[in-house]
Amino acid sequence: MKLRKSRNSSAPVSRMRAIDVGDETLAGVLARPARAALTTLGTVLGLASLVATLGISRTAGEQIVGRFDELRATQVIIQSRSSGGQAGAPLPWSVEARLDRLNGVVASGAVADVTNPGQVRTVPVIDPSGSNERTVPIIAASPGVLGAVRGHIATGRWFDDGHVKRRDRVAVIGADLADELGIIGVANQPGVFIGDELFTVIGIIDEAPRERGLVGAIVIPSSVAVQRFGVTRPDRVVIETELGAAALIASQAATALNPNSPEGLSVSAPADPNAAREGVESDVNSMFLLLGLISLAVGAIGIANVTLVTVMERTGEIGLRRALGARRRHIAAQFLSESAAMGVVGGILGASAGIVTVVAVSAARDWTPVLDPWLPLAAPPAGAIVGLIAGLYPAIRAARLEPVEALRAGV
Amino acid sequence: MQAVSRVFDSTPPVHALRAVDLTIESGEHVAIVGPSGSGKSTLLNVLGLLDRPTSGTYLLDGIDAGTLNDGRRAGLRSSRIGFVFQSFHLLSHRSALENVMMAGLYRRHSRSERRGRALDALERVGLAQRAAFQPNHLSGGERQRVAVARALASDPGVLLCDEPTGNLDSTSTGSMLDLFATLVDGGLTIIMITHDRDVAQRAGRRVEIIDGRLTEL
Repeated sequence: MKLRKSRNSSAPVSRMRAIDVGDETLAGVLARPARAALTTLGTVLGLASLVATLGISRTAGEQIVGRFDELRATQVIIQSRSSGGQAGAPLPWSVEARLDRLNGVVASGAVADVTNPGQVRTVPVIDPSGSNERTVPIIAASPGVLGAVRGHIATGRWFDDGHVKRRDRVAVIGADLADELGIIGVANQPGVFIGDELFTVIGIIDEAPRERGLVGAIVIPSSVAVQRFGVTRPDRVVIETELGAAALIASQAATALNPNSPEGLSVSAPADPNAAREGVESDVNSMFLLLGLISLAVGAIGIANVTLVTVMERTGEIGLRRALGARRRHIAAQFLSESAAMGVVGGILGASAGIVTVVAVSAARDWTPVLDPWLPLAAPPAGAIVGLIAGLYPAIRAARLEPVEALRAGV
Repeated sequence: MQAVSRVFDSTPPVHALRAVDLTIESGEHVAIVGPSGSGKSTLLNVLGLLDRPTSGTYLLDGIDAGTLNDGRRAGLRSSRIGFVFQSFHLLSHRSALENVMMAGLYRRHSRSERRGRALDALERVGLAQRAAFQPNHLSGGERQRVAVARALASDPGVLLCDEPTGNLDSTSTGSMLDLFATLVDGGLTIIMITHDRDVAQRAGRRVEIIDGRLTEL
């Protein structure tokens, strides 16, 4: 009976336009701009630190992957697999002839450390005090090594097939060692004594990203090392591949080098770049994400607090609105949308501050800033959700106020 | 209003209204007088649909207000009733015009319609030239006129005034009562609570409430 009566009655239900909700929200927030700004600050800081954290770790991850791309992603290293004192399959010295035919190989070469070569001197004087003598690493290399390790010759030249075939006693010395030995150029054909053997220095190598040991060593042709220093087999083979060919070459190289027992060779190919990136990101992320979430929670508590105080202060206004025909849901909607609006503004400002931070850090480190496009877009909705959650309790309090009581409280 | 009672649950229960019978015709100007705590405000709150009677029937324009749900009661408040309060209840950070424009906010009236109605209402109370002023730049009398304009802007049938002159000096009180007289002449029903005998004298009809019982004077 009751239901039908109210349905038949001519009384209209109180309703509100969406645009007016927006207007009232704006007016409510802007009525106390300083308070709204301070209230928003917590959300700004929280979202800024979240965006900055995600952005910086992503950027750093891309940088590391970028370096992998340059060096590791195009590198295959093959060593003899020795297990339990049993020697693995031997590597040949004629690496270039076997590998450079493979489609995808840019350069390849073999290196071996020379053991017990004797002292190194630059002058043929036997100095009793021994001050002129030193022990330096000597490395035997095949001609393709320079290209395979992306080496760079500062002055002079690298040895070639001819030097190897003729067993010329020539040496390329690392830039670090050249300084130590007082060799500044190769124009007047300086010599070094390795043990009692005189080698002519024909070049100085100052960069070898894949075999950094070369820069601090004396590099001699493999054939000379075999003949004079008892080196038998290369320790490892280094291959520079074309980008993206590393996996393919890794599967073919062992067979090409030792068709009889390829399983006796161990091949190391580049790691999956995605795995590397994720590893970096998870390291950087977790702690700062936690901090960001905590400051976001603090921001939400701030909004809740201030909105609650605002509800108390605006009790009279709530009473007036009820008298003007507002329903409880209109009152709740107003306070919810005010706190959500502050959250959205906090999200926009926070995303902006976060992006500025990412760009600033990237600029300081000479990085390319990398940002997921969803990150800045997700910040305002995230702020709105924070605001809505924070505004829930105050809004319910405001809606529960009895109009008579609220009006008595005055404006 | 037939046999309306309002009892507040407390120990002991407070009988704010005891079986009040009251019929107010459209166009009447009624003053409700009585000592503090006698039930005047409760009567006005029930009349204004801000409070529900514990028992009895209240018909507003033939609609049984007691059986309506909150949404329709709020709808009735926004369309049929205008409130004027002793302490004005103006929002201090909004101009007079914006305050008056709050009428109709909960009736889906468009902004331009509310603006038009608000300007008309300010014209009717003689404050058109003060539309852009903030309430704290207005005198007490002017503020109460803005409040009356806000009540008038929704074009209500009845104006409920709770001590409308309680915070005004005698000059402002006089002009406020002149305004009420004009409005009643225009067909509006005005029901007001007052302590002031002189103010009550200006009303066409006076009722007194003592201890929740209503008597005609």
